[in-house]
Amino acid sequence: MTVAVALAYLVAAVLFIVGLIQLSSPRSARRGNQIAAVGMVIALLATIPLLHFTGAGIAITVVGLLIGVPIGAVAARRVKMTAIPQMVALFNGVGGGAAALVAVSELLLQGSHPPFALVFPSVFSIVIGSVSFAGSMVAFAKLQALVTGTPITYPGQQIVNGALALAIIALAVYLIAVASMPIIFVPLLILGLVLGVAFVLPIGGADMPVVISLLNAFTGLAVAASGFVLGNFALIVAGTLVGASGTLLTKLMSDAMGRSLGNVLFGAFGSVTAGPAGAAAAEGKSVRTGTPEDIATLLAYSRKVIIVPGYGLAVAQGQHAVRELADELEKRGVEVEYAIHPVAGRMPGHMNVLLAEANVPYEQLKEMDQINDEFKSADVALVVGANDVVNPAAHNSPGSPIYGMPILNADEAKNIVFMKRSMRPGFAGIDNELLYDPKTVMLFGDAKDSLMKLVAAVKAA
Amino acid sequence: MNDNGLLNEFTIFVLAIFIGFEVISKVPTILHTPLMSGTNAIHGIILVGAILIAATAHDPLQIALGLVAVILATINVVGGFVVTDRMLEMFKGRPTAKPAEKTPSPDKTPAPEKTP
Repeated sequence: MTVAVALAYLVAAVLFIVGLIQLSSPRSARRGNQIAAVGMVIALLATIPLLHFTGAGIAITVVGLLIGVPIGAVAARRVKMTAIPQMVALFNGVGGGAAALVAVSELLLQGSHPPFALVFPSVFSIVIGSVSFAGSMVAFAKLQALVTGTPITYPGQQIVNGALALAIIALAVYLIAVASMPIIFVPLLILGLVLGVAFVLPIGGADMPVVISLLNAFTGLAVAASGFVLGNFALIVAGTLVGASGTLLTKLMSDAMGRSLGNVLFGAFGSVTAGPAGAAAAEGKSVRTGTPEDIATLLAYSRKVIIVPGYGLAVAQGQHAVRELADELEKRGVEVEYAIHPVAGRMPGHMNVLLAEANVPYEQLKEMDQINDEFKSADVALVVGANDVVNPAAHNSPGSPIYGMPILNADEAKNIVFMKRSMRPGFAGIDNELLYDPKTVMLFGDAKDSLMKLVAAVKAA
Repeated sequence: MNDNGLLNEFTIFVLAIFIGFEVISKVPTILHTPLMSGTNAIHGIILVGAILIAATAHDPLQIALGLVAVILATINVVGGFVVTDRMLEMFKGRPTAKPAEKTPSPDKTPAPEKTP
């Protein structure tokens, strides 16, 4: 590697780091992403002097780019904002797959008995990369509802998965120790793919973001390992940055859900639909429903309304309608804020993106810690398409699967308006006592339709 | 690769871990999704590796592996940056002092000042 190339890689690495730092503020975040993209272009251009193209080599590089660029660009342009999580999973998976293929390909170039310094990272990249690829594809299929989002479990599953992991480790150790012929790495690739599928299948709906984040970190590490295989600094730095940040993000996400990472990954959470306690709570209790006009009056004459948006809002494409309602209320002098639970939507921060799409100013978006004390002074907590994130069972029902999860204290508001499609429990599959609270009024129906009715009624009020 | 080269690489690896943790721990929750997507784009750097192996491909297996690797890595890097940009494009503050963005939407009503 020449000095010029090494320096260009250094510039690229610095731009990646600066880009990540800029991503930490809403104002500079977009520039941060663009800075990282510039770093990527520099890293790619700097690589050109290292290439010694064969005839076929230049052909497949050009063809590969010509195929990949439009697919990536069109997919990214067309995807609906509600489908972002599965799109991230998909982009992450293909990266993992590429990392594994790079390692395989580099190994095949070696004769028999490749050196340890090459075999060790290769094995790592192949296993982690293929797990990430297959796992991401399953995550995509689940979120896209191509397969059921509920956990797929069978007796002895953990044992089978454990055995798979052990088989991979045993094979890897054998290969690293003996490593006679590169072709015997193929079984490792296949086992990695099987493990990726088996590992994600038992993980259900609500936990998928944590899994995608973990797989994102996996891909980063696989890329870093491929960097060791190729002796390429750019891959090592960028891959490791992602591996480290992705691991931390994964932990932050499971913390936000009040659970340990182990519980998320191996707990098959969400397979329990309405437990006995929940079912009992539902019996003999009635809910109060209101008309849009009643609720509009309540909202229009409030001093302070806190909106708690959930995924149901996004599914109904009601983000614009909710902003319209907020605008109408503000015109009447009502103070409106949005309370964003860390895991509202399908990923941390997903709800912010969806509301930003509807031009909701981010100053109105309040994080849980900022706003939880304000519910006491709010006249109305308007819960739109959210459920689990305001379930008081997290505070006062030790038997509940979500016990200990930090929630928004919507129950402390003077009135609670729930906009839901039905009484069906939320993503976690747990009944919500708050629905039966005397302070609560229900407004059933599609979130967008209901919001439009509310807007019209507020205008008339 | 000599031992010194490996040691250098390992040093960089360890330092990068610390930077990765340090940089991310300061990002607010509201930016976690764009951040995840942005880091996702950065590991698209594997395109450098994919092109390195594709360039020297000579037998059919190498050609197939190289081609697939380049396609997958390109999708990762292009899709990753574009989708992140789309998300962040939408993070705007109140339309106050700043003059209208390049595409002022007609329905954008100026937010009224809060009255107590």
